[in-house]
Amino acid sequence: MLRDRDDRLMRLLLIVCGLFMLIALLLPVAMILTRSLQDADGAFVGLANYRRYFGTGAPWQSMRNSLFVSGATTAIVVTLAFAYAYALTRTRMRWRGFFRVMAMVPLLSPSLLKAIGLVYWFGNQGLLKSVLMGESVYGPIGIILSCVLWTFPHAVIILMTALALADARVYEAATALRTSAARTFWRITLPSVRYGLIGAAIVVFVNVFTDFGAAKVIGGSYSVLATDIYKEVVGQQNFSMGAVVSVVLLLPALLAFLLERFVARKQAAALGSRAVPLVPAARPLIDGALFGYCLLVTLFILAILGMAQFAALVKFWPYNLSLGFGHYVFNVQGVGWDNFGNSLTLAFWVASVGTPLVFLGAYVVEKPRADGLGRGFLHAAALLPMAVPGLVLGLGTLLFINQPGNPLGLLYGSMSILVINTLAHLYTVPHLTAVTALKQVDREFEAVGASLKVPMLALLRRVTIPVCLPAILDIWIYLFLNAMTTLSAVIFLYSADTKLASVAAIHLDEAGSTASAAAMATLMVYASLAVRLLHLGVSRFALRRVQAWRGGG
Amino acid sequence: MNQTTHRPGGSFSRQLAALWLALATIGAQAGQLTVYSSASADTLKIYADQFAKSHPSIKVNWVRDSTGILQAKLMAEKDNPRADVVFGHTAANLVLLGQSGMLTSYAPKGIERLNPLYLEKRNPPQWVGMYGWASAICFNTVEAKKAAVPKPIRWTDLTQAAYKGKIIMPNPASSGTGLLMVNAWIQMWGEEKAWAYMDKLHDNIASYSHSGDKPCEQAGAGEVVVGLSFPLRAAKVKAAGAPIDVIIAEEGTGWDMQASGILKNTKNMEDAKLLLDWSISSEAMELYGRSYEVTALPVKVQKLEHVPGNIAEKMIKVDFDWIARDQSRVVAEWRRRYDNKSEPKK
Repeated sequence: MLRDRDDRLMRLLLIVCGLFMLIALLLPVAMILTRSLQDADGAFVGLANYRRYFGTGAPWQSMRNSLFVSGATTAIVVTLAFAYAYALTRTRMRWRGFFRVMAMVPLLSPSLLKAIGLVYWFGNQGLLKSVLMGESVYGPIGIILSCVLWTFPHAVIILMTALALADARVYEAATALRTSAARTFWRITLPSVRYGLIGAAIVVFVNVFTDFGAAKVIGGSYSVLATDIYKEVVGQQNFSMGAVVSVVLLLPALLAFLLERFVARKQAAALGSRAVPLVPAARPLIDGALFGYCLLVTLFILAILGMAQFAALVKFWPYNLSLGFGHYVFNVQGVGWDNFGNSLTLAFWVASVGTPLVFLGAYVVEKPRADGLGRGFLHAAALLPMAVPGLVLGLGTLLFINQPGNPLGLLYGSMSILVINTLAHLYTVPHLTAVTALKQVDREFEAVGASLKVPMLALLRRVTIPVCLPAILDIWIYLFLNAMTTLSAVIFLYSADTKLASVAAIHLDEAGSTASAAAMATLMVYASLAVRLLHLGVSRFALRRVQAWRGGG
Repeated sequence: MNQTTHRPGGSFSRQLAALWLALATIGAQAGQLTVYSSASADTLKIYADQFAKSHPSIKVNWVRDSTGILQAKLMAEKDNPRADVVFGHTAANLVLLGQSGMLTSYAPKGIERLNPLYLEKRNPPQWVGMYGWASAICFNTVEAKKAAVPKPIRWTDLTQAAYKGKIIMPNPASSGTGLLMVNAWIQMWGEEKAWAYMDKLHDNIASYSHSGDKPCEQAGAGEVVVGLSFPLRAAKVKAAGAPIDVIIAEEGTGWDMQASGILKNTKNMEDAKLLLDWSISSEAMELYGRSYEVTALPVKVQKLEHVPGNIAEKMIKVDFDWIARDQSRVVAEWRRRYDNKSEPKK
């Protein structure tokens, strides 16, 4: 009886999440992909577009470039983020709360702002131009720097979740057996976060592979696959060719998906039902070294954003460095404070609707009650968004909802469609975060719950959600901050009444004022920062109440 | 019991249906127009404000974006258009919209006063021109002095060795401003000579940008010495304090026009016509004339500071039919030559 009710509930959750995926993601993407088999007039042409695309030999250079940039960024970011996340979760280093906030700061800023900061530091007039030893920042170096900054918080979030939960008994055993610290690290710590490491690497790699923002603003003429899509779709309005390149972009994501499945199968829950939470011991040497490291990373992040703030105040870089607030007066059609209100509204709804949806979706995927096929489908769908460039998702959504006769056409130009689209676009990282958190809660809890006839909802409320609360709070703020700065997917979907601050900043830049664009972007940073700090306060309070079992601080 | 629970349910679904209907009719209200524009956002504000003053009863929902994004949006909405009017969008793109059967014909009031160059051949026309814009070279005098680079007078000067790695040009595959230049070179010199020129120019290009505004901003900020852009942007960058000279190339400059047209499916034809009428009124032309080189109706107004005065005489004769026909071939050829080997050559 009880099992029946729980099964029904699970199936309902599966259907709700599946429907969302279908409407927000799969149908829009399908709309675009079918275009790759059609000519400009919509007639079916088979693989002709593909033959034409590969026939020119053009894609290979872009593909090599894309692979190089993504590979380099992944290697750098995963290394940097692992050390950072380790310092935050497994040491008694000072200022951990501060560093935690700082790691998220790149999330607060639109990519435009990071690009401006990088150009003012490393551009031809930049103060640190000499560091690049004659190489130009406009090219792979700029793209990699920009992407490292941008993906760093994503990797830190995933790795922190992976590192946060550990069973102290294993470490006690290691100490009792006089295992060296290095050996403990290599044989216990690293393997226990393998899933998180692979997850972070996949997220970084695929995100960079499909991102056109950094390549567009700072990549110069270094061509990558994502900018090739931009050229086809925006430059030529050739949707068919844009679709062909999109399909090519999906391939690494497919490989990543298979890899993720492979690793996931081997990962056992770190937190058995009898686990004792690990309380890191003070190790002055390591703590000190990591403190220095985190400080360096933080300083780099602050230097980039500080420079962007400087750019917004300087009268005319680099020839007139007097300061003023002149660039904060926006005198351009459709740019004003209401853009700002729209961005906050969007971010709030994306985070508040998205967090329960993502978490429950991950719960369905992770806790084997409902049927396997549906779960596999949901998990695959959840990993898809990061492989789909925002531009493609946005255009697909527009094509989908604007079909004559589609009842969803009512959502055209509304805030709802922006919320749905943005949530779909951002879905992957929160999903992986939730799955990582849930993986560490032993499935035994469910088994025991079932045999004790505890309803699933009660188990969720009393055990799963409290244990996963840090991850849930992280997901909320992740969605909020990213929705504040999201650009590529919404550019086709906003209307006069729902124009966002991120779009407004781009329009200011287009109207010839990089400084005004920077000014608008800094306002977004401060608003996000305020929300972040508020969130931190609320989290502290909530966590103190439900996470007492973790013991100590 | 059964009945009492059933009835509110019934009225609920009726309410839902009513809401559905109410939502469905949004956008079709009289007095409201949805207008797409790719006019420069700073100048569009001036036009929008003035139109609101002249026609206070019409509420316009302006959707402005860059040329490529807006055209992609229009093409994606082809089967179910959402805009009533396209106001201030490049003529080449309006030709394409017309060919896709998306525009309706309308001859705005006063059309007979316009320079015939700005009209398409059909009568009544599907779109009507407003103003023209050309190409400009932004030349950073401070950086030029540092690097001992001479001031360019002609397009051909830019192939000299002194400019190596010091020029940014918009990529014609992603920017209308870039395409304008490539088309102009071909029309002035013929295909063979133009490609030979571009081969040499390519060796001097530091990078190709994805927008037509960026090159001048980059030149203004001293990131490069020469940025190939357009006069309005050049004037604005100079007015903001950049040490640049705005140069119109001696050989001549290509140009494109911004035009307007009414979407076939508009549910508010009356107001759409009023906007089109206004778009070629003297009042509007005087506003265009302040920022742009030439207007469809010649006007005498004070130009914006730093907009060069000699542009109109430098404008070449442009064959817009040739552009509409050969545009994609030219872009493909350009990409084959330069885009796909954009790695710096050692």
